[in-house]
Amino acid sequence: MVPLSWYLVLAALLFSIGIYGVLARANAIGILMALELMLNAVILNLVAFWRYRGPTQVSGQMFAIIVFAVAAAEAAVGLALIISIYRRRGTVVAEEVSLLKW
Amino acid sequence: MPEFSFGDIAVYAYDMIGWALVTYGLDPKLVVIIQKFLAAFLLANFALLTPIFTIWLERKIAARFQDRLGPNRVGPYGLFQSFADILKLLTKEIITPSGADKVVYFVGPILSVAPVLGIWVVIPFASTMIGANLNVGVLYSVAIGGIGTLAIMMGGWASNNKYALLGAFRAASQLVSYEVPLILALLIPTLLTGSMGMQDIVLAQDTWFVVYAPIAATIFFVSSLAEIGRAPFDILEAESEIVAGYHVEYSGFLFAIWQLGEFLHAFTISALVSVLFLGGWRGPLADLYPILGIVYLLAKTYFVYFISMWIRATVPRIRIDQMNNLNWKFLVPLALAALVLVALVDKLLPASLAGSARAWAHFASNVGLMVIVFGMLRTESRRLQNLSLPAPVAAGH
Amino acid sequence: MSAQQIVFLVTAGVTVISAALVVTVRNLIHAGLWLVMTLAAVAAIYVQLEADFLAVVQVILYIGAIAILIIFSVMLTRRVMADTGPQRIPQWPLAAVVALVVFGGLAYLLVQVPWPLAPDVDVSDTVLALGEAFVDPDRFVIPFEVATILLLVALVGSISLALPERESD
Repeated sequence: MVPLSWYLVLAALLFSIGIYGVLARANAIGILMALELMLNAVILNLVAFWRYRGPTQVSGQMFAIIVFAVAAAEAAVGLALIISIYRRRGTVVAEEVSLLKW
Repeated sequence: MPEFSFGDIAVYAYDMIGWALVTYGLDPKLVVIIQKFLAAFLLANFALLTPIFTIWLERKIAARFQDRLGPNRVGPYGLFQSFADILKLLTKEIITPSGADKVVYFVGPILSVAPVLGIWVVIPFASTMIGANLNVGVLYSVAIGGIGTLAIMMGGWASNNKYALLGAFRAASQLVSYEVPLILALLIPTLLTGSMGMQDIVLAQDTWFVVYAPIAATIFFVSSLAEIGRAPFDILEAESEIVAGYHVEYSGFLFAIWQLGEFLHAFTISALVSVLFLGGWRGPLADLYPILGIVYLLAKTYFVYFISMWIRATVPRIRIDQMNNLNWKFLVPLALAALVLVALVDKLLPASLAGSARAWAHFASNVGLMVIVFGMLRTESRRLQNLSLPAPVAAGH
Repeated sequence: MSAQQIVFLVTAGVTVISAALVVTVRNLIHAGLWLVMTLAAVAAIYVQLEADFLAVVQVILYIGAIAILIIFSVMLTRRVMADTGPQRIPQWPLAAVVALVVFGGLAYLLVQVPWPLAPDVDVSDTVLALGEAFVDPDRFVIPFEVATILLLVALVGSISLALPERESD
């Protein structure tokens, strides 16, 4: 049996890689990809906890499914925003979309 | 030593190999792995070699539909034509376009075949023969089929060709949107069975589900045709518009792999339709002699495949706006309505009403829904006919 | 080391390496493809956790829809095959430090805490229980409905955002 802590460390690693991507990527779509990595790390954590701490309850998987739904909504709206920005400004580089920042 | 049974000879051979290896002195766990590997090897080869025959069949039947003879030079009835084609494709040079993304270019076609092979894992061939009876088999078949979209996008993008990229764009919009009615239609057999396992669905079909849910069967069949990009939904490789779409730059054996994936996917979808709606391996005596199940399943599969060939040979390619309208304005609402209807009728029918009477009650409700839908379509088309057309080009645009 | 652990380490290695490539490669299409690889490896980890329903949903939803949408919008927003501009901001070492600190803190905490484990049970068939819990008024029907409304709002919102503005005439 694989110890629980291995899954948790893997999820933490995935989450940190996601954080690096969100902070360091210049391109807005790149940031969105890194965000997906972070969400995946969270779901992985939830599933690991469900398997090791409450396998008889469904709430662990239920949380994961709700996060899936949120992730889908986030991706759809995020990509629509990015395409809309690209259409107006001709760029998807996050630094160049700074009209609100004076 | 496993008991010999002629009716179940395939499973007997499987057990026999396992028994022989265990008595030879191998670790039982390792023997199970060897057995599974052998079975998977045979299944994959069956699936990969089938298109050699179906391509010949398709050319022959399409030719008959068009009042031609079709291949008739190589071997009896041109049966060996496919082998000649394979030989030709194998000896042709594989050209990589300049500026192509080489790795993605090579992975694309392979990724289009691999998921289709994966679908065969959950198809039950007989009461005793199924690759893996996953309890999420139905969802699995959709999930793994969705990877094909990715393959087409990879191939189209990596070719560094604008027509290929256009094909990839069309693929993304068509395949992703047709997954919606596909999954909704799949929910209906799941709902009637109470399980997502393929074997459970087959076992529940004392009366075929096509009687319970003709609308769902049709929606599933039509959206699968769109999902595999087969005529009339082949706008992602429309020769008259974008040359050949995503595989325009491919040549030689890589092109053969794309073709293999396409034909294999068409055959696989036919098998899925027969498992989900036409009773799969069920038929007279199939319970007693499981080996007969394979015959029944293949017969049903070829029947569905023939219908798809028929449609391919007779229906012209639809336009991109028609493709979107058909999906979002017709198939998705109809699938939702059919789902609600089946759920309601199944709940309202008394539990004592079982067997074929229940099936025909479902059938009647489906026919009722269909009458309403056709009535609405008729009103709508009348309205469109009476509508005076606007001027073709508005001023100032 | 048991076979399970070896399988886990291999999939975890694939996950981490491809995730690292997602955030570092220059070509965004490649980043998208590595994202698909990461998601597939995470799905494999769900299978090892015996959450097969979640694994399949992961493949349908993440690979079949989200990753394809992301790759699609990369293709829409960049000239084909062109590699324009830097892909990371000049302050990237700072980002790396932040990520390392977060990882160190999280990993330290998660390993330190003695998680009380539940006894191991057979969880091979959870799909039915999941489905029933979703429509049970005493349990998860409210979150389920909220999630569906969220999805509907996201659907309508993204369509209205991405629609090109019509010239008022």
